[in-house]
Amino acid sequence: MGFFQAGIFGFGGVLPMARRMVVDERRWLTQAEFNELFALCQSLPGANITNLAAVFGMRQQGVGGVAAALSGLLAAPMAIVMLLSGLYARYGTLPPVRHALVGLAAAAAGLLLGAAGRIATPVLKTLHNVAVALLVLAMALALHVSLPLTMLLVLPLSLFFSWRATP
Amino acid sequence: MSLLLQLALLFGKISLLAIGGANATVPEIARQVVTLRHWLTPAQFAQLYAISNAAPGPNVLIATILGAHVAGVAGGIIATLAMVLPSCTLAVLVSLGFERHAHARWRRVVQAALLPITAGLVLSAAVVLARQSDTGWLTAAITLAVAVCAFRTKLHPLVLLGCGAIFGLFFL
Repeated sequence: MGFFQAGIFGFGGVLPMARRMVVDERRWLTQAEFNELFALCQSLPGANITNLAAVFGMRQQGVGGVAAALSGLLAAPMAIVMLLSGLYARYGTLPPVRHALVGLAAAAAGLLLGAAGRIATPVLKTLHNVAVALLVLAMALALHVSLPLTMLLVLPLSLFFSWRATP
Repeated sequence: MSLLLQLALLFGKISLLAIGGANATVPEIARQVVTLRHWLTPAQFAQLYAISNAAPGPNVLIATILGAHVAGVAGGIIATLAMVLPSCTLAVLVSLGFERHAHARWRRVVQAALLPITAGLVLSAAVVLARQSDTGWLTAAITLAVAVCAFRTKLHPLVLLGCGAIFGLFFL
């Protein structure tokens, strides 16, 4: 149930909501347990929050818990977004709506740019991190390399650097 | 190949490659659905991304809205499940197998290795979206202003998105 509330109220980032629900309100996990779970989910592919919900559900109730946590997290947002998609298909080309959408899209791009800045600032302090990030940027934007191939080429390199840098 | 199967395979693959979350896969998703398959125009992609971002819920909703746009409600559900289930299955399996090695060196190595890749991918995603949505200097100015606000201040994302939409309504 907690994940339902986190899903429905989690505008632009569900994680803080989920943390408050699981740690502060329901006391299902301590902060340390939550951090450990989050660290695990962060080093795996997929959205952190859905991974976290699945792993947490599994620990609590097994496969049924996974289904409950994921559907709680996703059902309401999915319904809302599909409704919006229908409205977009029907009204998206009306002039005032279209103008608002163009502005909204420009703002969303800016939001992601700001988020990228926040992610990048603490990371890009070593030369090899800058090199890896630039390589990814060049492959995605200039060379149009697919994501699987990018990963295949860059991940071993980055692992090598961090293996040498990590004590 | 049926549309639903294509959606399932596309987002299933992206799910397992989503290092650093769903936003990091935006360049690949755009490449697949706009450049290769022509399901949407670049402007439509940027707008649907923005709508999924403005709605409550996790970032994987980009799969929901694209699936729904291409193939209706069934498409939205299939695309979301395909985006979520593979990575969640992997996370559950790994958490069962490695629970006792929480502080092992390998995990710190992997995490440190993923950070610059995530930074590069999210930065690419931002550039892809900016290219698609910035049609002139006014839209570019919105993007830049929101980027600075998001980077420097703690303004709620929804406030910034709302400002963009209102600005667009009156000035574009």
